[in-house]
Amino acid sequence: MKKRKLCIAVSGLNAIDSPGPGVAVIRGLREAESFDVRIIGLSYESLEPGIYMHDVVDKTYQIPYPNAGAETLLARLEYIHDIEKLDVIIPNFDAELYSFMKLEDTLKAMGINTFLPTMMQFEERHKVNLPEFGKKYDIKVPFSKSIFSTGEIYSLSNDFEFPMVIKGKYYDASIAYNLEQAKSYFNKISAKWGLPIVVQQFVHGTEYNITGLGDGKGNTIAAVPMRKQYITDKGKAWGGITIDDKRMIDLTHKFVSQTKWRGGFELELMKGQDNEFYLLEINPRMPAWIYLAVGVGQNIPEAMVNLAIGEEVIPYTDYEKGKMFIRYAWDMIVDINEFHEISTKGEL
Amino acid sequence: MKINKNIAISDSGFVFNPVNGESFSVNPIGAEIISLMKTGQAYDEIEQSLMNKYSVEITTFERDYFDFIGLLKQHNLIDTNEEA
Repeated sequence: MKKRKLCIAVSGLNAIDSPGPGVAVIRGLREAESFDVRIIGLSYESLEPGIYMHDVVDKTYQIPYPNAGAETLLARLEYIHDIEKLDVIIPNFDAELYSFMKLEDTLKAMGINTFLPTMMQFEERHKVNLPEFGKKYDIKVPFSKSIFSTGEIYSLSNDFEFPMVIKGKYYDASIAYNLEQAKSYFNKISAKWGLPIVVQQFVHGTEYNITGLGDGKGNTIAAVPMRKQYITDKGKAWGGITIDDKRMIDLTHKFVSQTKWRGGFELELMKGQDNEFYLLEINPRMPAWIYLAVGVGQNIPEAMVNLAIGEEVIPYTDYEKGKMFIRYAWDMIVDINEFHEISTKGEL
Repeated sequence: MKINKNIAISDSGFVFNPVNGESFSVNPIGAEIISLMKTGQAYDEIEQSLMNKYSVEITTFERDYFDFIGLLKQHNLIDTNEEA
């Protein structure tokens, strides 16, 4: 039987040292059994590697930065939709999700499907609100506090012990071992990502992540836990292995059923020396290592698209344990005309 | 005392704990002990089996065996629920 062909736009094509999930998501979509795809890349900068990976992305369009606002984004998406007739959009950056969530109904009316968290879910899980989130859903989170000025750092020693983690609103985190470092990281990260800065008590232990998909009704459609094996200086997993930890799966089911999470997500956990899991962060989208989930039998990008277009999706219940992903960098040779095209016309 | 049932061990002595993703290398005797434990053999049977196979004093065997078990415990490879 001939498979349905879907036109799917995907962002997060920055397959760099702190990679976006786009390329990995697309690999999953291209391996989907239930549909064929034409992939439209949505890029912000001319040097996002995914733009030039023509066996991954069929055509790329640049889109405006999130700070340009939802209306500007909509105008650009209308232009792209006129040409490409998009069926689904998968935004992969935390910072752009707000605009896409705001435009969800408008896009739906245009015939473009998304499968995103609700505004409430998005806000509630925000790292600024994580302590309240932990309390509400009875999930252990390290003590944290949002601060708006370097002056507040001096009073932190009443509540925190060093080391502490200085975190940006959307991205970036550094471990500070003294006040001077805390101040320096505050300035560096706030200059890039704005305020507030979140200060989180550092938990000594081993890092684990779990990616999954919620159907918005409280059901977990997919869940794959991974232990980070190789971590870059930016804290990104460059190698990882799927594991068989029932407690992590139970935690995920609890998270999805209690929040009725809609869409892809990643839970970042630290297993402390007390053998307990602490929730460090909830990312409201698929992670850059999502292809590991595809590789062990749970094609989360495919399931997410099927949920977005209203197809029935049977939850995944199993995956291969002890499978690893090892990431690598690859130099592509690109003609300057391609760079010229995307830089001047905003399309390639 | 039982080894966690889902611990995987290869012929070359590579041990993988799928619960926490940790992996270890053990020497051939260590691999043999883990393999015997995985088949459900108790200490007496493992002792018998290795004493028959290798020339070793019982006191040396016991000391090394329990040292090794201590390491397995330390790395969460022993099923503590079964220990009693």
